[in-house]
Amino acid sequence: MKKLLLATALGLIAPAAFAQDVVRLGTEGAYPPYNFINDAGEVSGFERELGDKLCEIAQLNCTWTTNDWDSIIPNLQSGNYDAIIAGMSITPEREAVIAFSQGYLPPSASAYLALSKDVDLKSGPVAAQTATIQAGFVAENGMTLVEYATPEETVAAVKNGEAVAVLADKDYLAPVAAESGGALVLLDKEETIGGGIGMGFRKSDDALRAKFDAAIKSMKCDGSLDAMIVKPEYFGPDSLVWGDAGKEGC
Amino acid sequence: MFEACADPKAIEGLQWALCYLTSGKHLDFYWSFMTVLGLLAITAPSALAMGFLGATAARSQIAPVSWAGKAYIWMVRGVPDIIFFLFFVIALDQLIEYLKFLAVCPATDVSPWQGLEFRVCPEAKVPSARASGFVHQLYGFGLAVVTFAIVFGAFTANVIYGAMQAVPRAQLETAEAYGMSRGQVFRRVLIPQMWVYALPGLGNLWMILIKATPLLFLLGVKDIVYYARELGGSKTQAYEYPHGDWRLYYFLVLLVFYLAFTRVSELGLARLTRRLSHGQATAAGEALRKAAA
Repeated sequence: MKKLLLATALGLIAPAAFAQDVVRLGTEGAYPPYNFINDAGEVSGFERELGDKLCEIAQLNCTWTTNDWDSIIPNLQSGNYDAIIAGMSITPEREAVIAFSQGYLPPSASAYLALSKDVDLKSGPVAAQTATIQAGFVAENGMTLVEYATPEETVAAVKNGEAVAVLADKDYLAPVAAESGGALVLLDKEETIGGGIGMGFRKSDDALRAKFDAAIKSMKCDGSLDAMIVKPEYFGPDSLVWGDAGKEGC
Repeated sequence: MFEACADPKAIEGLQWALCYLTSGKHLDFYWSFMTVLGLLAITAPSALAMGFLGATAARSQIAPVSWAGKAYIWMVRGVPDIIFFLFFVIALDQLIEYLKFLAVCPATDVSPWQGLEFRVCPEAKVPSARASGFVHQLYGFGLAVVTFAIVFGAFTANVIYGAMQAVPRAQLETAEAYGMSRGQVFRRVLIPQMWVYALPGLGNLWMILIKATPLLFLLGVKDIVYYARELGGSKTQAYEYPHGDWRLYYFLVLLVFYLAFTRVSELGLARLTRRLSHGQATAAGEALRKAAA
């Protein structure tokens, strides 16, 4: 028994000493402008640029890999990659199983996308992607939830009439609404769910998490993170930024 | 890919279509057809080999060998493919890394299984984190081949087991009466005759295997169905080639591909059945004999 306890204690300390020369970043690759596979077949989007920049600051050699959203946490725990950077909101449920860096995007609004402005959200099912904060929100707030594996399918469900609306990050839905030619509209009602978006790490990987934490903080301090957020190809000039709140403790 | 495609948003019409269809992602899509065909080309013979071993083991006179063969067939056939693919592959991956962990890690007294996490030292990672994306793809492909071979091997084993039982007793007894040993009867009489009984069942399995390849995505290998869904989904201005929901057209292409492939397979199997029926003591063999006379 004593040996077992000792082994467990060692297990908690030992991994911190691992030298990691290559860091594998895992993302979903289906959620523009956060992350998507571009037409050249490479990971692209805000998180690609951010991730590469963070690795440069932290002097890490990073490679990218994509994984289905459904199994993105189990595959992190199984060691198939070392960090999740996939537009993942920081929630208490997720914090119970993985460790988050500090947020790199402030808590952003979730919006409803529907065929018309006057739709009654209680009149039919509301679509959301499986295992997202929005799916949890729909289920907890008296609406009927219908889940889909990818963000793309949630929007298709509204077009086909399978769902009356879709609840997702506004940054994802706004371009979809803008380019639908009026067929799809954002409702005025918005929700604020979750505590910002951060990178996910294995709980045992404190050393790696600290490196990325420091890199994110340094980008907040010199304002380069805000500059990246408001780029027109990502979230645009109207989006929420860290501003002075991000510069505290610099 | 071509110089004219440098700014896709400025071109239109046929040129746009040409540029679109030769984008990097589309080339990956075309390659994924080769991935699927390659997987089938490797998996089918491996599954046949597994099936042959399984059936031979199940028929063995030695009880433990027979039990092992029957347990393999029974267990794998009884577990849904999707569960097998989710569970077995993670287990196999962890087993490989665990064995490497015992061999190369400096501290092996701590179990790598810590709660929900599986931790081994970086040297024991398979493939190593330093390996290129291609190696990771290849490893995933290898795991897929092994898993497909085990799953389809069990079904194949059952078909072959049944076919071996279907060879008329009289044939085997006659061979024994000629003084052939057990092994000789097996090699010279049972195996050549069994194929014709096994073929309809094996043909079915081949068809099912062709259609089972979308399971590849569960293993992280991007197959044609993944690409059709990914390319067909509507694209906003964030992409170089924005378009609406074109999944229908992509899936139609897949439909044609699968129908053509299964049709060609059917024709091939029909020819093979005809060939194997020559000189067999079956109705088909008898019909061939009469036609030739």
